[in-house]
Amino acid sequence: MRLRMNQAISLAISEEMARDENVIVFGEDVAVAEGPFKTSEGLLTTFGPDRVRDTPISETAFLGAAVGAAMTGLRPVAEIMFIEFVGVAFDQMVTEAALMHYMSGGRYDVPMVMRASVGSGLGFGCQHSQTLERWMLGTPGLKLAVASGARSAYGLTKAAIRDNNPVVILEPRALYGQRENVEPGEESIIALGTAQTPRAGSDVTIVALGQTVNVALEAADTAPWSAEVIDLLSLMPWDRATVIDSVRRTGHLVLVEENQRTGGWGTEIASVVGSACFSDLRAPIHRITAPDVPVPYGPDLEKRFLPSADYVREQVGALLTTKTTPSPWWEEFV
Amino acid sequence: MTESMAGVPRSTQRRHELNESRVARLERMMEIRLVEDRIQDLFAQGLVSGTTHTSQGQEAVAVGLAAATRATDFVCCTYRGHGHALALGMTPDVVLGEVLGRQIGCMGGLGGSMHLSDPDVGLLPTFAIVGAGIPVAVGAALQFATRRSDGVALSLFGDGATNIGAFHEGLNMAAVWNLPVVFVCENNLYGEYSPLETTTAVSDIATRATSYAMAADVVDGQDVEAVQAAVTRAVERARGGGGPTLVEAKTYRYVGHSRSDKAPYRKEGELDEWLARDPIELFAQKLLASGELSASALDEMRRHQSHLIDEAQEQVLASPTGTIAQMFDNVFAPTPS
Repeated sequence: MRLRMNQAISLAISEEMARDENVIVFGEDVAVAEGPFKTSEGLLTTFGPDRVRDTPISETAFLGAAVGAAMTGLRPVAEIMFIEFVGVAFDQMVTEAALMHYMSGGRYDVPMVMRASVGSGLGFGCQHSQTLERWMLGTPGLKLAVASGARSAYGLTKAAIRDNNPVVILEPRALYGQRENVEPGEESIIALGTAQTPRAGSDVTIVALGQTVNVALEAADTAPWSAEVIDLLSLMPWDRATVIDSVRRTGHLVLVEENQRTGGWGTEIASVVGSACFSDLRAPIHRITAPDVPVPYGPDLEKRFLPSADYVREQVGALLTTKTTPSPWWEEFV
Repeated sequence: MTESMAGVPRSTQRRHELNESRVARLERMMEIRLVEDRIQDLFAQGLVSGTTHTSQGQEAVAVGLAAATRATDFVCCTYRGHGHALALGMTPDVVLGEVLGRQIGCMGGLGGSMHLSDPDVGLLPTFAIVGAGIPVAVGAALQFATRRSDGVALSLFGDGATNIGAFHEGLNMAAVWNLPVVFVCENNLYGEYSPLETTTAVSDIATRATSYAMAADVVDGQDVEAVQAAVTRAVERARGGGGPTLVEAKTYRYVGHSRSDKAPYRKEGELDEWLARDPIELFAQKLLASGELSASALDEMRRHQSHLIDEAQEQVLASPTGTIAQMFDNVFAPTPS
């Protein structure tokens, strides 16, 4: 069926709530208003106020409550409206949720999901447009995945709810309204830690995540070279085998990241692939990222911030031709 | 051990013992004191690394709370948690084992003094981040409420934690959702090294409940039966659907915040005043006066407890330290596909 990403998320949660009465949902305005981005449509009506709750604007309280409810037998799905809001409650994710299984010698599990909207493109300004996946990368005990559209949002959400660990699912806000074909059912669940390859190719491997998957696909579709595009989907753990296998065949790796350059998610991928595929690589690994600046507000500037399809095509073309990494567009400004 | 207790974990049995007898509660307070004195000795001898936070002087709060609750309730405690863990039922060898980094410890020695947990008595992992356990207890209470169970969640924390956001957010949400949770503040007058009045706008922590339209109680934290009665009232309110309560127990730690703190910030004479109202002595006198305990039985109890802790220490020192391979255990929980 043809669904917007927010409908696919509502459907995934609804199916899991019907399947398991321990699944509960809470967050700011997720119940009566059905979510500021309509990602909990119909849940309150179907499952009632015990299982679908509006919280105060208290991220520490409700993420902490998710940890406590999860450790004692429920499977809470908590929504963080904008990823930046987790900043006030970060302790509960990275120091409590992530460590409770370890801290109990394996005797308590924390099967909770934290969903959050992320990313630029909608003119929300610098405090509501970041992706911030790097804040949580490399936290032992915490799984992290990023949706790239309705289909993957559906598959990842279901996998996350069934996982016995705390899982963070990031949802690019700009994609909530975009439609894709989603086939509801078990077959569409995407195991955490597995990447997908929406486009096969032979000259270059492009690894993208979240909002940049569509950008990479658009760039590849009109390019004179043949690109294999991998939608990484999970960052913790990430699918080394799929990426390494592809790079061994193409000899080139380009990472397309929405985050700023320094410390972005691609650094870890580049480091691992650089070591594992050193003799297969025919050019340096290249990272296409946003510049190290806050996300600007004005529409033209915000559009420039996120790598565009044209920019990706240009950069990959230059890499394949010169076998050296091209300079980023912002070099003249820094 | 009664027949029905066969196969029941030792910590659960110990919890029942506490619920059944006043003498057992005195004995447990004594055990806590002796275990923590022993922990300090072991640190002094250089047998343990890192730090530890002991609670000598606060034993009545731990034991009073444990006696007022069930092993099926959930409790969130803090890094000053040896006393709570022992009161709830954890055995001295398991506590000492964790402090000494041995496999006999509750985390196999990977956690240390600040990380004790025991699902058999509802002890969630003790929180080493001030205030972090407060919203987690709210979540455990949400679990009981969602399942329409009569369980209660308890959150123990110090006065210092009442100045962190998690306290205010947690209390407010618990009140708004009318959850079965009891917040127990051990007000020992110091947040780490700082006296209460220099960090906190109120002198009675319990008054903070007013902001959340929540029931509150102030209790003498040196009187184990007063604590037990106050927590029992709060727990009954919670089980009956009456929502959360904030209980403030006025107490005192005879020692510094942590191992390295000699507490030079104390007011002149303050420690002596509190030592004169030692919770173990107060309760022992009460049991002597009522005739439940004879002077010789009390002496014997002290000797016996001390002996048990010697034995536990021997067992712990005979237990190996964690293996390198254990470092890689329990990072992620298995998920069946």
